[in-house]
Amino acid sequence: MLEIKNLHAGIEDKEILRGIDLKIKAGEIHAIMGPNGSGKSTLASVIAGNETYEVLEGDIVLDEESVLEMSPDERAHKGVFLSFQYPVEIPGVTTTNFIKTAINAKRKAQGLEDLPAKDMLKMIREKSDLLEMDRKFLSRSLNEGFSGGEKKRNEIFQMAMLEPKLAILDETDSGLDIDALKIVANGVNKLKSKDNAVIIITHYQRLLEYIVPDFVHVLFNGKIVKSGGKELAHELEEKGYDWVKNL
Amino acid sequence: MSLQEKLVSSFMVYENQGNVDLDSNIHGIRCEAISNFEKQGFPDKKDEEWKYTPLKSVLKYDYSVFPNSETTVEFKDIKKYLLHEIDSYKVVFIDGVYSSFLSETTHDGYDICLMSAAFKKPKYKIVLDNYFNKIANKKNSVTNLNTAFSKEGTYINIPKHAVLSKPIQILNFYTGSEKEILLQPRNLIVVGENSYVQIFERHQSLTDNVVLTNSVTEIFAGKRAIVDFYKVQNDKRSASLIDNTYVQQKKSSVVSVNTFSFGGKLTRNNLEFYHEGEHITSNLNSITIIEDKQHVDNHTLVNHKFENCESHELYKGIYDDAATGVFNGKVIVNKEAQKTNAYQQNDNILVGDKASINAKPQLEIFADDVKCSHGCTVGQMDENALFYMQSRGIPKKEAKALLLFAFGNDVVEKIKIPALKTRIIKLIAEKLKVDFGFEM
Repeated sequence: MLEIKNLHAGIEDKEILRGIDLKIKAGEIHAIMGPNGSGKSTLASVIAGNETYEVLEGDIVLDEESVLEMSPDERAHKGVFLSFQYPVEIPGVTTTNFIKTAINAKRKAQGLEDLPAKDMLKMIREKSDLLEMDRKFLSRSLNEGFSGGEKKRNEIFQMAMLEPKLAILDETDSGLDIDALKIVANGVNKLKSKDNAVIIITHYQRLLEYIVPDFVHVLFNGKIVKSGGKELAHELEEKGYDWVKNL
Repeated sequence: MSLQEKLVSSFMVYENQGNVDLDSNIHGIRCEAISNFEKQGFPDKKDEEWKYTPLKSVLKYDYSVFPNSETTVEFKDIKKYLLHEIDSYKVVFIDGVYSSFLSETTHDGYDICLMSAAFKKPKYKIVLDNYFNKIANKKNSVTNLNTAFSKEGTYINIPKHAVLSKPIQILNFYTGSEKEILLQPRNLIVVGENSYVQIFERHQSLTDNVVLTNSVTEIFAGKRAIVDFYKVQNDKRSASLIDNTYVQQKKSSVVSVNTFSFGGKLTRNNLEFYHEGEHITSNLNSITIIEDKQHVDNHTLVNHKFENCESHELYKGIYDDAATGVFNGKVIVNKEAQKTNAYQQNDNILVGDKASINAKPQLEIFADDVKCSHGCTVGQMDENALFYMQSRGIPKKEAKALLLFAFGNDVVEKIKIPALKTRIIKLIAEKLKVDFGFEM
């Protein structure tokens, strides 16, 4: 589904990603771990198309098509979803209206009519129940005054609504207490199917207890220095990131 | 002959129209005003208050100052500019002339009518003697010019204990009856103790002929009175507006002036608040959204003279292309005005590469036990927020519009007339060139 080939990317003159190779097939969950500053969030941003970063070399191919020339919204229409580490607050635009705008923008790009209000409401109800969301959040301004945990839950709610092919969860576990973590993880697991894939970016292995990855990659200094199965996460937790620095 | 000379020489002819009582106070006030204007002239760049708003480009025309007799305008031509979906009082002027056909005035319990009638009829004399031209700033030359030519406008006199069940709309239309016209509406609004009134004011040109409106409004709020005033401007590129609004408040009154400037060639909103008692609240809210080479200048003054009063000022501006803006917010807290709570915030987003804003918060605080805060920001669009929305599939153009809408939202939330709020949201969407596809 996704193939990253020798990806070099950076900001201005600073190279952050120094040759990443990664293949992800439909139905797989990949975890990307690594110490602070290793380039995890940059990788997530670059896949989603953040124009702050410049791709210097290599390619990102989604379903046999390079996405490098695509804008973030075009990538979203192709099925990429990035759950933000720090979701943005948008006063005056309710969560419901925001997600409605997003869904209808995608439908428009696909040549479809707006989703009928009835279907939209039904879907909103199902997905918010899945994430055990208090419905009053849906009529509040997007993320405005939400706690860290509520924001993250709202991210996964949006993911559930948009039904992406490739979901990238950037530090979704940070700021979540254990109950919220379980709910979020449960939501992700229920959304998982043989047709989609998930990339989990995390500093700790905590979230991986609940969303079990098929592969774990360790990112350090802009490169994947080690890949393995889920046991690699435990090894990392035990040995600490200093271990990978000396690999 | 310069415009100034033309205006001064037109004064006598203008004043002699109709049967002006040459011994009346009003005539005396007008004569004094024209002589002040003659001395002061139009403000130029040397005047600190007009430094960033040169009037040269609007004063170069050969304006006609004599309005034509009633021009016919059908309701359908102006419908979209007024709040037609709600019941309201309406005072409508076409090319500066009152249109009885389009208006809905009243004398039932309170007066919502015309300045020309108030100037003529003896029963209004006492109100005019007490209030007319009492707070209009005599140092302001364009206000003096308006006073000299003050013949028509809206007269509102609400006695004590009256809560108006419907808003009042003051609507000034220009049909292009002259190639270039100078309109000078003069409004007087007196709201008695414990009374409540909502007013909506709009100046709108219906053609591409040049119009300069030099408007003056005096508002007097009695004890515990509440006045909500909404000014909406979304005019043609051939229309300019200089608006001077003066507010005097008595004890425990609350006056809010909300200014929405969405376009015109040059717009100057001059707003001055004077306190005459304790526990007064003054609210000044505004959104400016302009593009191309449009110019909007918001000049505000809040003069705190009594204890325990509050002022809240929130001005937001979005400037695209090469649009230019000015915010000059002066707050004076006099020595005797202890326990004042004065708040001022001015936030601007420059969307266009050539857009600019000259922002000048001016606080003069002479009392020591006060809470005063001011903030001023000038920024570009938040790239991270744009990326967030795009990553959800919202195209950049809509994402930008949503962000800008969110930026102005706290001012929109202050609108207390639901039909107007819906209208403003639609206007903002139109200005941002998007269809949000939902009611917000």
